[in-house]
Amino acid sequence: MPNVTATVARVPFRNFSEVVGRFGALAAIGFRRYSTYRQAALASLATNTMFGFLRSYVLLAVAAGTGTAAGYSTQQLMTFVWLGQGLIGVVLLWGWTDLADRIRTGDIVMDLLRPQRAITTYLAQDLGRAGLAMLIRFTPPLVIAALVFDLALPQRAATYPLGLISITLAVVICFCCRYLVNCCAYWLLDNRGPTMIWVFCSGLLGGLYFPLHFLPQPIMWALWLGTPFPSILQAPLDVISEYAGSPGPATILGLQVAWAALLLVACELVQRRAERRLVVQGG
Amino acid sequence: MAERPHPYLALAVAQVRSQASYRMSFWMDLAGNLFVLSADLLALLIMFRITDDLGGFSRPQVLVMFGISAVAFALADLSVGNIERVRAYIRTGTLDTVLVRPLGVLGQLLALDFSIRRLSRVLYAIAILTVALRSAQVSWTPSKALLLVVAVLAGAVFFGALFVATATVAFWWIESGELGNIVTYGGRDFTSYPISIYGAWFRRLFGFVLGLGFVAYYPALALLGLPDPAGLPDWTGWVAPAAAPVAAAVSALIWRTGVRHYRSTGS
Repeated sequence: MPNVTATVARVPFRNFSEVVGRFGALAAIGFRRYSTYRQAALASLATNTMFGFLRSYVLLAVAAGTGTAAGYSTQQLMTFVWLGQGLIGVVLLWGWTDLADRIRTGDIVMDLLRPQRAITTYLAQDLGRAGLAMLIRFTPPLVIAALVFDLALPQRAATYPLGLISITLAVVICFCCRYLVNCCAYWLLDNRGPTMIWVFCSGLLGGLYFPLHFLPQPIMWALWLGTPFPSILQAPLDVISEYAGSPGPATILGLQVAWAALLLVACELVQRRAERRLVVQGG
Repeated sequence: MAERPHPYLALAVAQVRSQASYRMSFWMDLAGNLFVLSADLLALLIMFRITDDLGGFSRPQVLVMFGISAVAFALADLSVGNIERVRAYIRTGTLDTVLVRPLGVLGQLLALDFSIRRLSRVLYAIAILTVALRSAQVSWTPSKALLLVVAVLAGAVFFGALFVATATVAFWWIESGELGNIVTYGGRDFTSYPISIYGAWFRRLFGFVLGLGFVAYYPALALLGLPDPAGLPDWTGWVAPAAAPVAAAVSALIWRTGVRHYRSTGS
């Protein structure tokens, strides 16, 4: 008996430019789709700004005695806080349940019938969305902060391209984590538990509430090496705020590349595994 | 005729029973609620790894403020936090069902979504406050004990008023999204730390105009017997709970205006 699978055969590679073109078209769709959610973006922006102020004042109070905290100057701390608030929307830390919802309702079938891997479609659209978020979610909080606080601007020209690379890797890593969390719905259907654990870990262990350098060194390194969370926010924040301690920018980018590769493979493996056991109900 | 339970109570009991029937989900939610509060507490404790004082206060003193704020917020969240979902009710039209019943609108909405699992957060917050008060070595008097209870309850009323007032925005702006979080969850974070750490305009706007300074900061100063660095008289902490009824009255007014403004979205 021939092999029966839930998915259709893939379209074979013809040439590189066609693959890139398809990926680009999907990214453009992601960009356009999210540009229609204007009111929601405005509300999130206001919220990010409020929490930016709260975190700024707390960290300023921490550094009030000496003017530094764990190797960050007060200006670097402000850059750290406000870049972080801007990046929440770029990496889309919270609130992405599209895949889990589609798994629960059975709409996931549509994704599996497409002639390319589901993860490729979702990743392309997510990169397009992140591109839009760089314009509408990343920039405004930084502008507001620059009016109120003293921010540290990058001193070295190389920081700008390195920062951009780090942010891109962070988007890919965060996307993979969200994809894996959403994939739990293949097994659980009700995905609230894994989602809650993700929200807790990504914020606290990722450097959103406080720079991870505030932690004891061994714990900080264990988080960097053993979990992807620091690679999502702490990594681009340290690269762009030019934190002088260790890990330096080269180590950070190396860790990010490793985590991105590892997680992409993990996503693909989990997806394949899920497709083999998936039973879609109803007609 | 058999005695019937109060209609609001019956609605709430039905909710609890329906939620508890999905056992796994129920326990996961219960655990998740503890995670959320632990994250805030851990963040605070890690700040104190780097420094010995925040805005002129020691760790036990800040923890007292954090504890009062946490208990008050958890109580408000338990009783009226679900009002956030009024947005979904307006969009889907469920609110119409509620409006035609011969019961108060606000009371029904709260009973409709009552969730017992948030009780875990209240108990956890009470534990934090207890530990904080012990380590801060408060010199207890009967009047201070009374102030503590009143301050916590008043704080709960205050946060509850914020929840109701911000949820009302949905009557005008259905897609208002997480905008209300600015003063509800933002308010919780604001009150968790001494207001002396905030910049002058930020402290005045949220601490005094909005009144968040009276929730935890001033009552905590009175309990700890500390003077206010900003120079307000020592009795401020003793009258601070009076801010709660004012907030509740304003909030009720906003809510009534909102309900009257309501036009069904149709289907």
